[in-house]
Amino acid sequence: MEASTRLQLIGISKTFPGGVQANKDISLTVKRGEIHCLLGENGAGKSTLMSILYGEYHADSGEIWLDGQKATINTPKGAISHGIGMVHQHFMLVPTLSVAENIIMGMRPLASFLWYMKDIEKDIAEFAAKRGMKINPSALVSTLSVGEQQRVEIIKALYRGVDLLILDEPTAVLTPQETRDLFETLRNLAKQGFSIILITHKMNEVMEVADRVSVLRDGRMIDTLPISEVTPSSLARMMVGREVSFNQEKNDTPCGEPILKVEDLTLIGEKGRPLLKNISLKVCSGEIVGVAGVDGNGQSQLAFCVTGLMKPTSGRIWIEKNDLTGKSPLEFLKAGVGHIPEDRHAMGLVLEDPVAYNFLLQRYRDNYFKWFGFLNIKTIFEHARRLVKVFDVRTSSVKTPAANLSGGNQQKIIVGREIDRNPRLLVAVQPTRGLDIGATEYIHKQLIQQRERGAAILLISTELEEIMALSDRILVMFEGRIIGETDSDRANIDKIGLWMAGMQPEEAKQT
Amino acid sequence: MDILSIQILLQATLRMATPLIYAGIGETFSEKAGIINIGLEGYMLIGAFTAYATVYYTNNLLLAVVYAILVTALFGVIFAYLTITIKANQVIIGTALNLVGVGISGYLFRILFAQTRKAQPVRTFQQLPIPALKDIPLLGPSLFDQNILVYGTYLLVPLAAIILYKTSLGLVLRGTGEHPHAVESLGIRVVHIRYGAVIFASILAGIGGAYLPIAHANQFVENMTAGRGFIALAMVAFGRWNPVYVWLAGLLFGSTFALQLRLQAAQTIIPYQFLQILPYVVTFIALIISHGRSLQPRALGIPFEKEGN
Repeated sequence: MEASTRLQLIGISKTFPGGVQANKDISLTVKRGEIHCLLGENGAGKSTLMSILYGEYHADSGEIWLDGQKATINTPKGAISHGIGMVHQHFMLVPTLSVAENIIMGMRPLASFLWYMKDIEKDIAEFAAKRGMKINPSALVSTLSVGEQQRVEIIKALYRGVDLLILDEPTAVLTPQETRDLFETLRNLAKQGFSIILITHKMNEVMEVADRVSVLRDGRMIDTLPISEVTPSSLARMMVGREVSFNQEKNDTPCGEPILKVEDLTLIGEKGRPLLKNISLKVCSGEIVGVAGVDGNGQSQLAFCVTGLMKPTSGRIWIEKNDLTGKSPLEFLKAGVGHIPEDRHAMGLVLEDPVAYNFLLQRYRDNYFKWFGFLNIKTIFEHARRLVKVFDVRTSSVKTPAANLSGGNQQKIIVGREIDRNPRLLVAVQPTRGLDIGATEYIHKQLIQQRERGAAILLISTELEEIMALSDRILVMFEGRIIGETDSDRANIDKIGLWMAGMQPEEAKQT
Repeated sequence: MDILSIQILLQATLRMATPLIYAGIGETFSEKAGIINIGLEGYMLIGAFTAYATVYYTNNLLLAVVYAILVTALFGVIFAYLTITIKANQVIIGTALNLVGVGISGYLFRILFAQTRKAQPVRTFQQLPIPALKDIPLLGPSLFDQNILVYGTYLLVPLAAIILYKTSLGLVLRGTGEHPHAVESLGIRVVHIRYGAVIFASILAGIGGAYLPIAHANQFVENMTAGRGFIALAMVAFGRWNPVYVWLAGLLFGSTFALQLRLQAAQTIIPYQFLQILPYVVTFIALIISHGRSLQPRALGIPFEKEGN
């Protein structure tokens, strides 16, 4: 039996006031009861297309057909009344209100009384259970986990009688376990006849959950295919528009002088909890040392210690011949340490400042950027324009606030800024977290180039694939210790996996 | 203190608290919707002057309240336009409104009435004892031998609490001050809600101001609100943005005004200037006690920017 068509978009185009054409003549068909993935890199136009469908933007041209009827959708309210619901990437929940209050908000006329919350809560719990979701309607949203909040968002949409649900990058904030639960829920809903559009840039998710997939690139629809007809590499090719190498080529560069030397580093946190225990390591010129491990096993603290942002309780840190133990972050900078921080929004950028100033962050003291003690705007902007070009940062101008750039381009600012200083040691923490394939590949290439230039690179990442692809040596951290070390040629994912779980594999003991 | 003086103190407390309660309840709604409306003092002065002038010319008390409402509502619209539509800084516009309130009421007052700077007395709302209830010992005369504007707060406070916590509108209001984008994403216009809340707040502040010349005193005096708008602002934080607690805070501050008057009358050795400070000192202490910001609506003071525009 052929499923009926729930949604048809025909020839949707949208140009933003700045002149960016986000959608070019896009057509899309979604059937009843299918999970339809909308795949594309950041900036490919996925979110814009869905915002048009949800009535948040207006298309310049094109038509929306629902169940074979032409429809006009001007507002989210209109979308909801047409049975279209959306779960935004940033949750639209009021944390100080209960689950039930969030769900019924705005559903009834403003003048209506809400005397019997208990009845409403009961009804919501039953409604959710019928669709395979468990939720406590009287709980305050602020007390829920991220995964539970997302479930509230889904119920909120469904409770409004929606049968076409759009989810915008729903897994970006979820743990693997929560992601599995979400996919289970979505499959369940699809079985009950709900149509689901899932916006994502992760191919493994598409392969796992989609019935069909549509790929967008540069605002155009590339193709729509059933999942049986695609592979991860064919999807990647469609997304990026060229072949993508999952394995980075790198030359054998001989290991040189040790640049970073850490000896017996121990860090005791608040309440006397040890965060780092007797860590010793060495990173040489022309070497990438990867630090793997489950998030929260001391990797962040290690990065902070070797960049001077935290002072170790005991132990020594050398950069080349200089003992920098206990020195300020500025001394570390001057010694040639570059840092790509874990949280680019909190530590890497001043989001509201223009791109140009973000390129300047550690260098405003340089005489080159000064003019009688004042900042020399002209050289600052020239410098920024050069780096924007060299590191392929897509921005309308160097005066644009960094906050307006996509995640990938923000990360390019940071990477470019650090690399441009020709660091002796580059500490890269989660350098590609949340980035699309194109940007990830670009940043990996840059790290390898730095290695070939002779920099020492300490790569800290929870993405095992990234560690395996780039590192010369791999260290695994567990509960603040280095539990295992291996050459990348002899690395074996099972062994590393055991280490990450805190176990000591038999044959790994000699290392 | 004997029963009689406690009774008199209670009665005075309610009378002094009434203008604070009107302004405080209105402000609670405005802040719940995310707009901090620090121009309360200005609204109150404008309301006070409007009411006084209306009674002076028409001798009609009801009309005075209606005009006070209309005029302050107009200023509320101006404030809303500047802070919500134009997205100007709420604190700056509010401060300007306070200055405008002082200036305009003082200016018109001098032009129209007071070459001598002393106003003619006008008619006032008279005490309206409620039969039977007023005979309850102690509380009866305090609570039920008051004027109609005092009785108004008895209705206003429970009504405000019901609207905020038991209606769909209240739910939306509470959401608007916390996470306006969530509210907007459900198809509700944040801008409309905020306009409504701000105008409501200005109207109540106007009534609170009107109370002073036509129910409390019988004449207008320049700057006669004497910081009551600011005290109402403090009450909202002290009362944790909950109408019932705000009402209690209003009674507390009202009692300090009453006590201060009482102590003055009792001719203590403390100079009366120190006694007059009392309400403001208590405000200060209250704000120190309630300094935690965790209960404050998260989007308070932040203009609403629709995404993608």
